[in-house]
Formats: sequence, structure tokens, C-alpha cells
Amino acid sequence: MKDFNYHSAKDSKEASKLASSSSAFLAGGMTTIPSMKLGLATYKDLIDIKNIKKLSGIKVSGKSVTIGAATKHVEVSNSKDVKKAIPSLSSLAEGIGDPQVRNRGTIGGSIANNDPSADYPSACIALNATIHTNERKIEAAKFFKGMFETALKKGELIEAIEFQIPEKSSYQKHPNPASRYAIVGVYVAKHKGDVNVAVTGAKSCVYNDKEMSKALSGNFSSSSIDGMDLDSSEMNNDMHASAEFRASLVVTQAKKAVDAC
Amino acid sequence: MGKISLEVNGRKVEKEASDNTLLSTFLREHLQLTGTHIGCDTSQCGACVVHVDGNSLKSCTALAADVNGSKVTTIEGLETNGKMHPMQEAFKKLHGLQCGFCTPGMVMSAVDLLQKNKKPSDTEIRDWLEGNICRCTGYQNIVSAVKEAATKM
Repeated sequence: MKDFNYHSAKDSKEASKLASSSSAFLAGGMTTIPSMKLGLATYKDLIDIKNIKKLSGIKVSGKSVTIGAATKHVEVSNSKDVKKAIPSLSSLAEGIGDPQVRNRGTIGGSIANNDPSADYPSACIALNATIHTNERKIEAAKFFKGMFETALKKGELIEAIEFQIPEKSSYQKHPNPASRYAIVGVYVAKHKGDVNVAVTGAKSCVYNDKEMSKALSGNFSSSSIDGMDLDSSEMNNDMHASAEFRASLVVTQAKKAVDAC
Repeated sequence: MGKISLEVNGRKVEKEASDNTLLSTFLREHLQLTGTHIGCDTSQCGACVVHVDGNSLKSCTALAADVNGSKVTTIEGLETNGKMHPMQEAFKKLHGLQCGFCTPGMVMSAVDLLQKNKKPSDTEIRDWLEGNICRCTGYQNIVSAVKEAATKM
């Protein structure tokens, strides 16, 4: 791994002041460090944000659950408050990677990285999340721009993610048999007005499946999406799953999620 | 370059290391604690698992600078007065290893499991060891060893 300068920021202000076009924020490092080791990414400066106290912790109000960006997966999965307010979010966190990854990896890191098969972005879309940065608030629907791309500007730091508490919700994924990442993951959330069906792993970026969301908003039963023939032309096609198989998995996992609600 | 201060296996250490030094490299090359193994080097196999402030992590995917000031326990730190830790005893007794390459990480992960869950079921043991890969045993004896250790810890 090429050398760089390591900085530990005390607060968001210092972190964004240190940021430049050749720097990256370091949270759990579960993607950043392997990418740097493989030479896929190089930075002059790594700005560690884990020690910024304000960025860790979970707050639950009547309508929402707000999770600090540097909060670890294990903290989300163990939180009694999250389990009570949005049980599906707790079980999503419990299903990420392995225990050692969950001991280090953070929610903010996962979202900022926006891996096409990451679990958390689907929760953001399904639960109408608001991404709080040190500069503004961004709706999840406008945050995830494309493969590994987000609306974040250089030096902009995610501080917290605010999830809307749904009436019912469930996250189901078909994991890769070896690495366990989501070949396809579907997060279904039934809110007062409508239903969101967020899909990860199937395309180059997480998305809200409008067709299924509409069908389930009309009738919240797995029978209303049974046998739905989704367009697979934009779906990922690789040695692990063909585009057609992924299209079929999206419906299967969505049905499982509705039934588990 | 920066100063790394850690408490490793109960001993205070302080060494200069470049900022890109991984915790696994720091342990193996700066402190000569070669019990921590590097297998895949891509945070998949778990041979490099150590404890940092009581929790297991993959030391090949953490910077030494990143854990500065922490308490680290490696496989070398498990024994007391020359006596093996119950988890090590159980792995030996029940043949939870063949080539032994994955064993340090396997043992460190398993010890962390029993710190958090005193009586894990077979499924809980298998789920917890998801990030530790063994290519010899087929895992059966490893699961038996963890269950045996649970009765002794």
C-alpha cells in the first residue's frame, strides 16, 4: 500500500478543512483499506473521523431513527431502540459481512461508498431517509447517483442518517454463497401513504422499483406482485447470476419481504 | 511516520511506524509477534483476527495508527503461566486443526464469541465463524472444540 498521511480529526469542521482532492475520509475502513491495498485507490491524506464523538450514536423519536455516520454495524444490530422501532434495520445490520466487519464497518461509510450490492442504501431508499451532512440535508432518493457515486461534494461529510419509522418493513436478500454479499437484496417498507420497494445488487445502483411499489401500495399482499415480469435489460449480468435470474430474484425476495412484514 | 503506542498482551509498546502500517504488519514485523497470520490479506479469511479493546477485528484491514492507544490481544497473549487457554486446549484435544494456518484467527474469533455468548448453539458458532476460513478440517471439529471450550470457560 502506498504511503499517505494519517490524520485524526476532532470535529467535522477540522475534517472538512483537511479534505482535498487527494484525500478520503476514513471510518471503519472496510472498503477504503482493501481498495488502497489493491492499488484501486490512492490518497495523499486519510482523515479518520471515528473519533468525532458527535458522529456516533442512535436517537429514536416518535417518527424517526437517527444514526450517527460513524456508528458501527454491531451497534445498530445490538440496539434495543432500533430493534423496537425498525426491527428490519437491526436485522439488516446483523447480516452485513461477518462479526469482525460489523465490529469496524460504519453506516456512513457504507452509504458514502455506495457499493452496488451494499445493504444499507436499500434501507435509506425504503425508509425515506434524510442524509445529514456538515453542509445540508439530502433526501435518499437524490443521494445515490450511480455505481460508487453519490451526491456528496468533495470535503462534504455525512454526519447522520435519519430513517422514517414505517408501519411495517422487512429486508430480504439472496446472498452470494461464498462472500455473502447481496446478489439481490430487497427492502420493503409500508408507510402510511405508500409502499417503497428498494432493490440493491440487481443494477449498478440501488433503486426504488416503481412498478412493485405501486402494486403493493394498492394491495399490500405478495399476491399482487406474484409472477411480475421485470425488465432485466439494465440488470447486472455476471458469473454469479445472470440478468434474468436477478430479475426473478427481485420478485422472489420482494414477496418474501412482504410475507415477513 | 508517527509514534504507535499500544498495550499488547499486557505489555506497553511504543514504536515509530509509517502511517500506512497495517496492524498485522505492526504486530508481525515491528513486534515479532508472528502468531497472527496473514492469509488472504483482503479481509476474507480471518487468519489475522486479534482483539482490540475486547472486540475481534481483522488486523490486516486496520491501520496501526487507527488503533493507537488501544489494548491488543493476540494469540500469544492467551496463555497464562505457560498453560494453554481452554480454547487452545479444546482445539488440540478435538483436532480442530490440521495445517494450523487458520487456527490463530479461528481461536481469537471463538474466544470473542464466548465473551459475548457463553453457551452458543451450533448455528450461532457457525454464523460467528463466517469470517474465518479453514481449508482442512471441514469445520466440524472446530465447532466441537468451541462447544467444548464453552463448558470450560
